[in-house]
Amino acid sequence: MASILRFRKQCYVEPVKFQFFQPQTFDKKEETVATEAKTALENNEKRNKRQQKERSCVNSCCCVIGYMCTTWWLLLVLFNCLPAAFPGFQVPESPGTRLKREGLTALHPVVLVPGIVTGGLELWEGKPCAEGLFRKRLWGGSFTEILKRPLCLLEHLALHNETGLDPPGIRLRAVPGLVAADYFAPGYFVWAVLIENLAKIGYEGKNMHMAAYDWRLSFQNTENHSGGPQSPNDVSVSLLAHVPEILIRDQTLSRLKSQIELMYVTNGYKKVVVVPHSMGVIYFLHFLKWVETPPPMGGGGGPGWCAKHIKAIMNIGPVFLGVPKAVSNLFSAEAKDMASIRAMDPGLLDSEILRLQALEHVMRVTRTWDSIASLLPKGGETVWGNLDWSPEEGYACDLSKKRYLQASAGDKDTNGSDVKMGFHVKDSNKYGRIISFGKETLQLPSSQLPSVDTKWKSSDPLNLILEKCSFHLHKWVLIKILQQEFLGTRTIKNTNSSCGGEVWTEYDEMCRETIRKIAENKPYTARTALDLLRFVAPKMMQRVDSHLSYGIADNLDDPKYTRYKYWSNPLETKLPDAPDIEIYCSYGVGIPTERSYVYKLSPNDRCKSIPFRIDSSVDGDKDSCLRGGVYLADGDETVPVISAGFMCAKGWRGRTRFNPSGIATHIREYRHKPPASLLEGRGLESGAHVDIMGNFALIEDVLRVAAGATGTEIGGDRVYSDIFRMSDRINLRL
Amino acid sequence: MASIRRRKPIEPSSTSVQKEDEDEDEEEEVEEDHSKNKHRKKSDKKSKPKWSCVDNCCWIVGYICVTWWTLLFLYNVMPASLPLYVTEAITGPLPDPPGVKLRKEGLKAKHPVVFVPGIVTAGLELWEGHQCADGLFRKRLWGGTFGEVYKRPLCWVEHMSLDNETGLDPPGIRVRPVCGLVAADYFAPGYFVWAVLIANLAHIGYEEKTMYMASYDWRLSFQNTEVRDQTLSRIKSNIELMVEANGGNKAVIIPHSMGVLYFLHFMKWVEAPTPMGGGGGPDWCAKHIKAVMNIGGPFLGVPKAVAGLFSAEAKDIAVARAIAPGVLNNGFQTLQHIMRMSRTWDSTMSMIPKGGDTIWGDLDWSPEEGYTPMKSKQRNTDTQKASQDDPETEISQTKRANYGRIISFGKDVAEALSSDIERIDFRDAVKGQSVANNTCRDVWTEYHDMGFGGIKAVAEYKVYTAESMIDLLRFVAPKMMERGSAHFSYGIADYLDDPKYQHYKYWSNPLETKLPNAPEMEIFSLYGVGVPTERAYIYKLSPSAECTIPFQIDTSADEHDEDSCLKGGVYSVDGDETVPVLSSGFMCAKGWRGKTRFNPSGSRTYIREYAHSPPANFLEGRGTQSGAHVDIMGNFALIEDVMRVAAGATGEELGGDQVYSDIFKWSEKINLQL
Repeated sequence: MASILRFRKQCYVEPVKFQFFQPQTFDKKEETVATEAKTALENNEKRNKRQQKERSCVNSCCCVIGYMCTTWWLLLVLFNCLPAAFPGFQVPESPGTRLKREGLTALHPVVLVPGIVTGGLELWEGKPCAEGLFRKRLWGGSFTEILKRPLCLLEHLALHNETGLDPPGIRLRAVPGLVAADYFAPGYFVWAVLIENLAKIGYEGKNMHMAAYDWRLSFQNTENHSGGPQSPNDVSVSLLAHVPEILIRDQTLSRLKSQIELMYVTNGYKKVVVVPHSMGVIYFLHFLKWVETPPPMGGGGGPGWCAKHIKAIMNIGPVFLGVPKAVSNLFSAEAKDMASIRAMDPGLLDSEILRLQALEHVMRVTRTWDSIASLLPKGGETVWGNLDWSPEEGYACDLSKKRYLQASAGDKDTNGSDVKMGFHVKDSNKYGRIISFGKETLQLPSSQLPSVDTKWKSSDPLNLILEKCSFHLHKWVLIKILQQEFLGTRTIKNTNSSCGGEVWTEYDEMCRETIRKIAENKPYTARTALDLLRFVAPKMMQRVDSHLSYGIADNLDDPKYTRYKYWSNPLETKLPDAPDIEIYCSYGVGIPTERSYVYKLSPNDRCKSIPFRIDSSVDGDKDSCLRGGVYLADGDETVPVISAGFMCAKGWRGRTRFNPSGIATHIREYRHKPPASLLEGRGLESGAHVDIMGNFALIEDVLRVAAGATGTEIGGDRVYSDIFRMSDRINLRL
Repeated sequence: MASIRRRKPIEPSSTSVQKEDEDEDEEEEVEEDHSKNKHRKKSDKKSKPKWSCVDNCCWIVGYICVTWWTLLFLYNVMPASLPLYVTEAITGPLPDPPGVKLRKEGLKAKHPVVFVPGIVTAGLELWEGHQCADGLFRKRLWGGTFGEVYKRPLCWVEHMSLDNETGLDPPGIRVRPVCGLVAADYFAPGYFVWAVLIANLAHIGYEEKTMYMASYDWRLSFQNTEVRDQTLSRIKSNIELMVEANGGNKAVIIPHSMGVLYFLHFMKWVEAPTPMGGGGGPDWCAKHIKAVMNIGGPFLGVPKAVAGLFSAEAKDIAVARAIAPGVLNNGFQTLQHIMRMSRTWDSTMSMIPKGGDTIWGDLDWSPEEGYTPMKSKQRNTDTQKASQDDPETEISQTKRANYGRIISFGKDVAEALSSDIERIDFRDAVKGQSVANNTCRDVWTEYHDMGFGGIKAVAEYKVYTAESMIDLLRFVAPKMMERGSAHFSYGIADYLDDPKYQHYKYWSNPLETKLPNAPEMEIFSLYGVGVPTERAYIYKLSPSAECTIPFQIDTSADEHDEDSCLKGGVYSVDGDETVPVLSSGFMCAKGWRGKTRFNPSGSRTYIREYAHSPPANFLEGRGTQSGAHVDIMGNFALIEDVMRVAAGATGEELGGDQVYSDIFKWSEKINLQL
């Protein structure tokens, strides 16, 4: 459809251009046509100059359009007549077909848990501007509506900034069923390949379930907001007291529980294999805790629920410890593909009306999504490194690439020593400094840096207010009061600054001086970056802090860890008591992945713009991992290896305090290999974050486990990266 | 792809539009073209004619495309509310859709709602297929655009058929029902089934978590949906979940058409103990169901099903025929293919008339006798109350239609007195081997095994009532009926406590089961009236007995009298175009009314009839007051009733019974022990 539209557009443009290029185009066509046209023109001129000229012009326009249409249709017909497989091009046999021949059949029911942004959302109730879109997809699918009425759509995609739930009068819900995330956009598969292969060995609707959820919400909110107040001054709870009907959301967790129980029973008491992807991994981690917790807050499944119902959890591209990308995304809406609105929709960003504010609009919308905050790096400096140290240090981008290409896993030792040689010679990358302002500060040793302003660590809103410039203070207080009264309706925003446009990011409330001060503090680590976010986006982080936590637990038996805000952080929860479960970490390696950023102040002084941006002019030398203001480490293009692999490699390996029952963990890495030719599409051996869902080796592993194999039967660990060495460097009490 | 298909059919129309537009130009241009051609001919004779032809073609195509795009562009630019304005300008202001109206009244979503779609309206998708269906994985074979029917009809028929012996999947083919609300919201693009109801429910706050479409594979017999897909277990678990998650509010079930029987089966299944049933215990229904709102329910079957099975000729049971005329015309065996396919579907047998002669009438008597279509139409529109002045006198003037004779061979037989008909019993007739049939072996309908002798014997029995008709089907299609009788039963129970009635084959027959023990549950029967509905058929032997189906409806049998119910070989009565009033209303009007042996706990029943009034003009689409079998799903009055019940109202609050037809009078005539 999209291609036809594009073509049609070309055709529209064509006639206009054609008047100017008439002679040339005819030249380009066959000579005979040109001569004919000329003679025809001449003849016409002789007879009736004005009229004929116009007419012949219209005629030839139509002619050309006719040619194009006919060719197009012919090609289309040919394309449809084409046999499915090219005679010359042999598609390798899909794992499903091969394993079916081996005799594998469906055994364990399979639950698929999609990640962030890949699940579709459809409209159930909207504002007048979204008329006629009832039960149409606003997210996922063809995205034509975003192009047609972008502002309306962004308004519907945004959540309420205070509660993180639906804004009044808008109900956007997750698409249920397998269609929710099989294709993200037409032709862009997510789960479709895996589903098709599973179907080959006998899976179908009754033993395969897509646990679609509204990925914009914080995890507990997908169930409902019945978690009870987390703290007395929790804004969202006090707000919700006024509007009780939005308390109830989708009961997604209950549904998932009931589906798993149903599939377990109807498939002859076979435990389920769960396959979460990306953010679905921590969503399912949350589910594991939720389901065994007693009813008011949890699902009341009892302590043996997981052991009874789950055989294995095959995490694909897991974001256990978060991704640095989330920081830059929330800070300046600039990460490369997390903010996929931007990537998918360049038209939106470049369009005339929105040109100035597109990024700000995106930022406003994404900051209302609690789920993006769930991807912020967890574990602070212990895991992600401090100003001087990071677990990945010594990783050399070029060397590693060569190693991937040349060496197999067998001769790892020699290469390992090579790398060590390498990094002694060069400057080590300071991955620990997730955000730094200016390249120089990145290279300086920590002793020469200005100390981080400790005042920020206080998240008390009053402190924050004092930090703001004085002339904004009055307005700020006024706004606060107004918001208490009007439940934060958006009308108040117009009062808050001289440039009260529609776009509202919390940057409007800060003046240049504070912004400059932020930049002076130079580098931020995983821990201080959180404080930074709390400072620049206090409301968002206040909301987020009631749902999510980013620390490391000292004492896991502390009663506070029964609260749901800790459930999705693997460093603050225990795995369920289910020694028979197997946990897999399957992810791609071999692609440079964003790890830390070099920022600069935006030169643009316009009031509505985002004051920070990635300094894309900063580049390292050839061997360096610094490219375009971004330090890269090994990973799958979105998730660094350390986040995907650490828990399976060390945190949960054996019997640790995070894994008291000794659940077996397996690491399955898949080396990225770009598609050899265009015909391969997105590649059969890709390791990229989403494309890995089409990786044949991964699919085979999933199929084998679903058909009953254990982790050791499919080969135990399969490691290409330095994950074990990196994990060893992390000094975490287990 | 879709755009191409769309573009093609519109081409002719756009040319015509364009022709109108540019009529004046056209003539000039034609002249001009000729002159051009002449000039060209002078200059270069060889390549001239060929080129100008291609040029002209392209030129025309170009014009068409430009016009088409302009129209499309205009259409897209046009504000969405424009058609509404136009409609309102012509017909006057439209009534608010019930959702909007009730929302203003303050109604809110309360009870979770379960939809049970009927036969043929729900989508089916392919999960595993043969070579010929490559690339159709998880594409809809049934419902949607039906594009594949046109592209590879034989392949499609092969995949839609079930195994003739088991009634389950043939080896190597897995076709499964679509899940979720999309399964039956639209049957084909633009042809709504549940969509209007869903949209209105959404207005008062319903959404995915409180609405559930219990889609099932409607080709299978009811118990087999559990055996193969565990559909019944799924429905049970989903209802339990929804009731629990909505604070204990019981569910409102809305089955449509065959879904009514399916849900009847479900209610028995769910309370039956585990090996055969769902093990929900004896009070499951009482705990989980607030009301069952049957829409157009064929409780006692439909005569149409007989014609469909007998000769694949009923009008819309074999929808395949209506939607795919291309398929029917491109080969002489199409009907046989369809017949072969639909005879493998056990579900069609669930709709064979139940209750035999007691309900449907015998040779001389039928409950509806005396019904005249013209009169009833007037009554419906004028007074709405059954005018009780007895039409006996009129009946003696007009000819009585013998509705009890569901199939008769020849018009004269249909009208003759029963004593005048000579019948030769067909049951013992020997099925001859016919020699000629070897040529058309690839299509298999069981008629080939019958031979000429058997066919003749069938025709000589002359008249079939509801009871003997089942014998007839057993005779002409023994294998199908053997499969069918393992899953369905069509009789009336003498003694309901007989342990044999615990078998699942009786569960979907309301005359052979008791309702669950749930005195608070309400049963509604909502259906349209005022549309002539097929009730009995006049058949003839097919003239060309070679490879065709040997029987067909005698469309020449027509009564010239305007008041007659006989048109094109079909006797019609009051109903909703598919289900006669008798079938949809009898159980609620009499069979279950009060405490009867079929309804031991005394669940309350209500009849809500909706008089059909066709859409005033084409802008209204399928009408907001339609009473037709499927179109009634867009009937505003019905939707309002459903929404009120879903929001908590009881049957009494709705206004109790709402009756336009003679259902109570007819029910009285039926002599059934209660």
